[in-house]
Amino acid sequence: MKLVTVSGPPSSGKTAVILQLIERLKQDESTAGAVKFDCLTTFDKAAYVSSDVPVQIGLSGKFCPDHFYISNIEKCVQWGIKNKFDYLFTESAGLCNRCSPHVQGVLAICVIDSLAGVHTPRKIGPMLKYADIIVITKGDIVSQAEREVFMFNVLQANAKAHVIFINGITGQGAFMLRKHVQTAREVVSLQDYRLRFTTPAAVCSYCTGETHIGDNYQMGMMKTMEFR
Amino acid sequence: MEQEEFIKKSSILEVKKQYPQAQDFLENIGLQNLPEDLSLDEALLTVPEDDLAQFDLTRKSLPEQLIEFINTIRKIKGTCTQVKNLTIIGGENKNRQKEKITLTVKAGEIISIVGPTGSGKSCLLADVECLAQGDTPSKRCIMINGGRLSDEERFNLGNRLVAQLSQNMNFVMDVSVADFLSMHAKIRLVKDEQAVVKKCFDTANKLAGEKFSDDTKVTQLSGGQSRALMIADAAYISSSPIVLIDEIENAGVDRQEAIKCLARSEKIVILSTHDPLLALGADKRIVIKNGGMDKIITTTDTEKKCRNTIKHLDDTLLDIRNRLRRGELIENIDELRNNI
Repeated sequence: MKLVTVSGPPSSGKTAVILQLIERLKQDESTAGAVKFDCLTTFDKAAYVSSDVPVQIGLSGKFCPDHFYISNIEKCVQWGIKNKFDYLFTESAGLCNRCSPHVQGVLAICVIDSLAGVHTPRKIGPMLKYADIIVITKGDIVSQAEREVFMFNVLQANAKAHVIFINGITGQGAFMLRKHVQTAREVVSLQDYRLRFTTPAAVCSYCTGETHIGDNYQMGMMKTMEFR
Repeated sequence: MEQEEFIKKSSILEVKKQYPQAQDFLENIGLQNLPEDLSLDEALLTVPEDDLAQFDLTRKSLPEQLIEFINTIRKIKGTCTQVKNLTIIGGENKNRQKEKITLTVKAGEIISIVGPTGSGKSCLLADVECLAQGDTPSKRCIMINGGRLSDEERFNLGNRLVAQLSQNMNFVMDVSVADFLSMHAKIRLVKDEQAVVKKCFDTANKLAGEKFSDDTKVTQLSGGQSRALMIADAAYISSSPIVLIDEIENAGVDRQEAIKCLARSEKIVILSTHDPLLALGADKRIVIKNGGMDKIITTTDTEKKCRNTIKHLDDTLLDIRNRLRRGELIENIDELRNNI
C-alpha cells in the first residue's frame, strides 16, 4: 500500500484535493482509503462517504493533535492494509502551524490556498517546508501575478518541492498530482520510521488541564517572552 | 562550488547585491538584521543555535538552503523564454469521435476559441494549461517547439509556461499598484525594474476606461482597471510565453488593444470568447462543438473589414451605456440607427 500524508491549514482544500485525486486514481482500478485527523469536530466525513471512499476519523480532543497523530498513525496503516487499499491518505490540518505530520520515506503533500495571503507560506513552517509536493488551491480566482508571487514565497520556504496548482472544484491539475502519487513508496508498517520534524517540546501544567493564570500554577517546560 | 564560496565568504552586503532574493530569504527566518559587513559564516556565529533550530536550520545548513533557493529561482527564470510555437493535436470529442485537427500557433499569434456555452472551450484551455500529452479526457496532445514533453519536463515547465487570465480573477493582496508591480518585477528578476514597472503601469492606464493612480490599493481597483492591470502585467512582467484568457468581456477595458499588447510582447495568446470583436481580432479561431474542435477558421480579409462596422456598433452601445451612467435620457435611438 502506498501511504501519502496530506497536511495544510484549515479550509485550504485538503479534502477536495484528495477526493479529486482519488477519483483519478480510480480510473485505473486503484482503491483508496482516507484517515482524517482533527481536533474537535470535522464535517469532512460526509464528503468522503458520498464519494464512496472508506474513511476513519480521529479526533484528538484534549490531546496535542500532533502527538495524537503520531501515536495513531501505525494503526491507520494497518487498517489500510487490512482493507487492501492501494493508497491510504492521511489528512491533518496543521493545527498550530508549528508541526508537521510528514514522515521520512513517506510521500508528503502540503495543501495551501492562494487566498490565504502572500505571507502564509512563510508562516506555516514545517508542514510546508518538509513536503515533497505543494498543492496550491483556489488559484483560479486570484490574479496570475499574485499566483507567481505566492509561488515564489512557497519556494523560498521549500525550494525542492514540486508545486502544483489544483482547482479543487473542477479538479484541474489533479491528474498531474496523480502522476506524483503513483510513484509513492509502498509501506507495510511505519515501525522504526521517523518524523521529518519534531513535535512540540512543551510538557507543562497546562498540558494536564491547568486553567489558572499565574506563576504559582506554571510548572514544566515554559518559554517566556522577551520585551525589547 | 565557486558560488558556494562566494555566498559563505563574501560580506552579506555583497551577497545581497549579487542575489537580491537573499534579503527575502533571511527575512523569512527572522535574520534580516545580520551585520552586513560580516560574511554569512561569521554573522551566523552571532545567532544562537536555538534560534536557527526553530526553523530546523544549523549554521551549516542555512547557507546550503539559501544556495538551493537562489538556484531554483534562477532555473525558473532560465526555462521560461524560448517557446517559438505550440501545436495542438486533436484528440476526441464528447462522443468519442476523432478531432481531425492539428493546429500550430506561433509566438505573437492570437487564436480565439468560439462555441456555445458548455461546449468545451474551457476544457481546451485546460489542456493547454497542463500541456496535455494524450492523458486528459480529451486525449489531446500539446507540443512545444514541435516536440512532445516528458513528464519530467511538464512538471518543471508546468507553472512557468502558461499565464492565465479570467473574468473571475481578483487581486487579494493589500498593497498599492506601485508596490505590487515592483514586487512582481523583483521576484521575476526583471532587468531595469523601474522602467518595466512604469511601462506596465502606463499601459494598464491606457487600457482601462477610467484612469487610476499608482498609490491606489490593488484591491480597490474596479473590475475594468483590475483586468487592465492584469493584462499589462502579463505582457511586460510575467515571463510566461503562453497566455490563456477565459472570457474577458465588457469589463471597461479596451479589449482589442489589450490582446494586441500581449501579442506584441511575442506571447502566444489563446482566448475563449463570445465577443465578435475579439473573435475576429484573432488570426484564427477554433470552433468547438460537442466538446471537440470542429474546425479552424482563418480570419478572412472581408471579416477584417467587417470589424470596423462591428467596432462602430460596439462603440454605439458603449456610448449609450456611458450616457446611462451620466444620468441622461436614452430617447434618440433613431438617430443612432441612422448613424450605423
